[in-house]
Amino acid sequence: MDTYSMLREFADSWMLLVLFTIFVGVFLWVIRPGSSAIHRDTAAIPFRNDDAPMGPEEDQR
Amino acid sequence: MAQMIKLIALGLITLCAMIAANHARDIAYQLHAILIMLIAGGMFLWQVRRTGEDVTPAPMNEYHDGVIRAGVIATAFWGIAGFLVGVVIAFQLAFPVLNFDWAQGYTNFGRLRPLHTSAVIFAFGGNALIASSFFIVQRTCAARLWGGNLAWFVFWGYQLFIVLAATGYLLGGTQSKEYAEPEWYIDIWLTIVWVAYLAVFVGTLIKRREPHIYVANWFLLSFIVTVAMLHLLNNLSIPVSIYGSKSVQVFSGVQDAMVQWWYGHNAVGFFLTAGFLGMMYYFIPKQAERPVFSYKLSIIHFWALIFLYIWAGPHHLHYTALPDWASTLGMVFSIILWMPSWGGMINGLMTLQGAWDKLRTDPVIRMMVTSLAFYGMSTFEGPMMSIRAVNSLSHYTDWTIGHVHSGALGWNGLITFGALYYLTPVLWKRERLYSLSLVSWHFWFATIGIVLYASSMWVTGIMEGLMWREVDANGFLVNSFADTVSAKFPMYVVRGLGGVLFLAGACVMCYNLWMTVKASPAKAPLSTAVPAE
Repeated sequence: MDTYSMLREFADSWMLLVLFTIFVGVFLWVIRPGSSAIHRDTAAIPFRNDDAPMGPEEDQR
Repeated sequence: MAQMIKLIALGLITLCAMIAANHARDIAYQLHAILIMLIAGGMFLWQVRRTGEDVTPAPMNEYHDGVIRAGVIATAFWGIAGFLVGVVIAFQLAFPVLNFDWAQGYTNFGRLRPLHTSAVIFAFGGNALIASSFFIVQRTCAARLWGGNLAWFVFWGYQLFIVLAATGYLLGGTQSKEYAEPEWYIDIWLTIVWVAYLAVFVGTLIKRREPHIYVANWFLLSFIVTVAMLHLLNNLSIPVSIYGSKSVQVFSGVQDAMVQWWYGHNAVGFFLTAGFLGMMYYFIPKQAERPVFSYKLSIIHFWALIFLYIWAGPHHLHYTALPDWASTLGMVFSIILWMPSWGGMINGLMTLQGAWDKLRTDPVIRMMVTSLAFYGMSTFEGPMMSIRAVNSLSHYTDWTIGHVHSGALGWNGLITFGALYYLTPVLWKRERLYSLSLVSWHFWFATIGIVLYASSMWVTGIMEGLMWREVDANGFLVNSFADTVSAKFPMYVVRGLGGVLFLAGACVMCYNLWMTVKASPAKAPLSTAVPAE
């Protein structure tokens, strides 16, 4: 079998399955229980630190 | 030591540019060699005069905003330049006499058209993206830009890329790939600048003080990485001579066409969509003063866009030598892409939930919301046009041009204007914009301009498509190509007038931003030191 046919067969079977599984995995990870609080905090990032970077003396939150 | 190395490097570049200018095989290459010689030589002299001076270290407790201010100015400047060239070529199509005889070969439509597309996409859009990504990544990481003056290298290096590309087009230096016209040495230079850009962006992400990476940065990072990949693959070419601008593509035939449109469509997908969505996810929440409607949806929006967009390119090659399965694949993915696009649009629009009254009082947010409406409209139109049957009518007609402009003027243009209106008072520490009513004027100029543009192109595009396929009872074509050209004249004039309105709006914006910096009251400094949280 030439390279083209081999790659094409691989692409529309296993690779497609892998990519689709990763995408479904991302979706499930996003809606996992307990993510809402983290997402609420992350969504508020633009409203902090408008004027200056966080100083080195501060602990990372 | 570092200064010594810099001096030696600048001296060598100047010398090589001199040699190149002397041996140059064509005028575009020669002009560029002279330009590089002058710039490198000038920097050499400047560096020599500064030798031994102490360099004051940059304050690390502030954001690196100087380069963003420069980016805002560059965005406004290139915007006006690009829109102006667009208006000129629109009228050249309506009135061919504007392809002046005395400037034949330099300012005719064929030379000016890539100048217009590159100026608006890469110069206006690119500067807007670089400036706002530097702004967003610092604010959302709570960290100063990584790499010190590397950000300045990115800015000036990118301006040099624009100047080389633009002057090259006028003098005939082009590899004839749509949206990837610059020749091999300009491509190499852009690669260097882009790697520096990636380094600054990722370096800032790595030293971030917020535990999470805000979603806007994901979009911006995907834009930088994907554009790097597209640029490298689509510009694989071998120069005929290192002393000339001409190069030969490595791919040929349908492979070359496929790589070109894989690049071309993802330039739309990642340059004009992902990057600008990054702007949208920051500036709309900031202007509306409330967090994005659904953070979960924004993550799914991101990954869906990443997984789908990269496959959509083949829809540019329906009914060509490209295998059917490939163009069907492109078509199917383009149609699926409609979903995440509208998911993102809804996410942006619903951010205004509970603040819809701002639409009445704040013309800046009105601009941003209208840009999302145009985003929704063109991401519906695009998938529809990618369907093979629709494409057989729309392809090679002005419908395509109308579609591109409702996306580019409506979505990219208006969201960029909104971002500039947000950024200018913040960056120059002004209380507010000089005039909100001028923003309203700009909004209406721009919106009416886009509506004139898009609707005239729909009419002329569909008319063209129908005229081209019309056959008489004996199966002969009814119309010649020139028949469609003369039938299009009124629509071409309307399109040009739409462009004039859009350009007028941008001029109003420049005046408003200039007066904001000059005449608006400065923001009152905090009277007491506020302890950091």
